[in-house]
Amino acid sequence: MLDALTVATAVAALALAAWCGFAAYRDQPTKDWHFIGMAVVSLLATVQLIVGIVLLARGEKPDQGTTIFVAYLIGAFACIPAAGFMSLAERTRWGSVTVAAGGIVLAVLQVRLYDIWGG
Amino acid sequence: MSVTSQSESGIKPQKLTSGPGTLLVWLYGVMVVGAVSRSAVQISTEFGHAPLAYSLSALAGIVYGFITYSLVRGGEKARRAALVCCAAELLGVLTVGTWTLADPSAFPDATVWSDYGMGYLFIPVLLPVTAMFWLNKARRAAA
Repeated sequence: MLDALTVATAVAALALAAWCGFAAYRDQPTKDWHFIGMAVVSLLATVQLIVGIVLLARGEKPDQGTTIFVAYLIGAFACIPAAGFMSLAERTRWGSVTVAAGGIVLAVLQVRLYDIWGG
Repeated sequence: MSVTSQSESGIKPQKLTSGPGTLLVWLYGVMVVGAVSRSAVQISTEFGHAPLAYSLSALAGIVYGFITYSLVRGGEKARRAALVCCAAELLGVLTVGTWTLADPSAFPDATVWSDYGMGYLFIPVLLPVTAMFWLNKARRAAA
């Protein structure tokens, strides 16, 4: 369950990064559609956070420790919303670049989460 | 003062978070969270294992935190302070990066700056260079 979510979130994050990267390439700020995309990716990260906590509550143990696992879950959860708010404040292509960077950071976090859980 | 069509920075020269500054603040913010939380966990759970590495990670976190704060604060003083910290950061990455390659036995565990920040997609070595370019550009725009 968690592995499938991790892969889905990573793919969605990379797609968002590519999409916002394209917007930046065309010298455009993030638009409503991009924010809907960010919401979808953030929703996946939220579900992942909840599923992760439920798995821990059931007594399952991540390979590399519970603290690190929870820290990465929270980081993944906060990543896209934080970048999204910054792109709201910066209505130029650089807002789009920031969200694209956020997508890449989230994808990296997913790879680490996969390792930490011991997939 | 002549303002070129693409240059946003010419309008508000001392606002360091506009334009490319947004991306810099974001990346520095990520590095703050990464370095501080990493060193907090490692220092509180297994400090004796690699005290030097964990202390260096904590130091890196503090430097990143200060640069992020300076960028957000803006103004000439903050710009200069950030410039000095970026130079210190670059020096730190290069020193620690070389040190980890030359004498791996001193580092039983990795730091944020090990192997020039390879574990962090080389962001630690690219970020200060980019930031120094940006901070210099902000000064020229102000002049």
